[in-house]
Amino acid sequence: MKAPAFDYEAPATLEEALGLLQARADDAKVLAGGQSLMPMLNMRLARPALIVDINRLPGLDYIRIAGGQLQVGALARHTAVASHPEVKKGWPVLAEAAAQIGHDAIRNRGTLAGSLAHSDPTAEHPAVLAALDGEVVVRSAKGERTLKADDFFLGYLTTALQPDELLTEVRFPALAPRTGSTFVEFAPRVGDFAVVGVAAAVTLGGDGSWQDVRLALTGVGGTPFRARQAESALKGKKPTAADIQAAAAQVAEAIEPDSDIKASARYRRHLARTLSERALTTAAERAAGQGGR
Amino acid sequence: MAKEKTIRVKVNGSERRATVEVRRNLADFLREDLELTGTHLGCEHGVCGACTVLVDGEAVRSCLMLAVQAEGHEVTTVEGLTTPDGEPGPLQQAFWDNHGMQCGFCTPGMICATAALLRENPHPTAEQIRERLSGNLCRCTGYQDIIASVLAAAAEDK
Repeated sequence: MKAPAFDYEAPATLEEALGLLQARADDAKVLAGGQSLMPMLNMRLARPALIVDINRLPGLDYIRIAGGQLQVGALARHTAVASHPEVKKGWPVLAEAAAQIGHDAIRNRGTLAGSLAHSDPTAEHPAVLAALDGEVVVRSAKGERTLKADDFFLGYLTTALQPDELLTEVRFPALAPRTGSTFVEFAPRVGDFAVVGVAAAVTLGGDGSWQDVRLALTGVGGTPFRARQAESALKGKKPTAADIQAAAAQVAEAIEPDSDIKASARYRRHLARTLSERALTTAAERAAGQGGR
Repeated sequence: MAKEKTIRVKVNGSERRATVEVRRNLADFLREDLELTGTHLGCEHGVCGACTVLVDGEAVRSCLMLAVQAEGHEVTTVEGLTTPDGEPGPLQQAFWDNHGMQCGFCTPGMICATAALLRENPHPTAEQIRERLSGNLCRCTGYQDIIASVLAAAAEDK
């Protein structure tokens, strides 16, 4: 189908964009990469009266490191995130997640910030934000606020983003030395929506024990699931296959997935366990490869 | 807040100007306004890949981009991948020679996606070709001859 009629503005400054969102908060929708919004328009699931296209805003496509923190602007595309040398080196879990989103043509347009704002329950990036304790910077004509994953993701396709607000930047703290991270997912075919995905970041201490473990899943509920129980169970121990399997089994117990057209709840639990095991194993190996033991 | 906008887009090397409804997607702009019907529309929601074109050299789903967003950008369609005298270009010839199509509906998208791949990676493996073209659905060929066509095109380009 074709998109319904709407008004269209492509503001040239952030202030102008925020002004439009404030004036038309009830019926405006922000267009960034368009890889979720355009299908919704074409299928007429969304009928905004005004599209505010932010693609003409200057200087918002940055990927930069400031004070050790990774900062990604609202217009940085998945392709840029996935291929950025500093991201690959310092935040491999993010680069790997970006590389597994859709297909090349989707990644060339879709944005990290847009993926978070859309908050699809099987999207990769919400789990990465949750696992890395990242935050989003949200601007409106009234001011700016920053939100962590727990406060930002509220439910299926629902975030704390207000209609007059624009997600302008995504921030990830630096990963500690001897941290290994990875993103693994299962999709029926390359490029399909994931059924379940897992973001993991583990830090090994000088004695080779788990110093920090961070694990977040996508596709097991309306919002990313941070597996805090399994994380605590591992901390302090030395990495063993048996402990990783036990933690993965605990993840599968803790989640409450739904059955839908793509997978039964039981299959999702199975995937959560298998993928958690894989992600923790890979992340621990990578951490060990950086001098942990 | 106009529902129409006049845009200037460089398409297949020539500057084109048109007044379009702001809701018009890039694919319909190419097909209806510029009569470049080589670009095909299948699903209209970004799944089938038939409408893949190149925007500033990168593969893009033209059903998931508004025509007004292409203002000031450069678009290449399957028509732009011919030789200057309008004969099939090397990639198109490779699809012809290797039977990389049957009904031909998916072919323009396949060829544009392949063009983007070969620009980045002139000698991809069959595995890399499969992964990249997984975003383009074909219901006729079973894909084998499409992979063979891309491998042949890459081998030509020494």
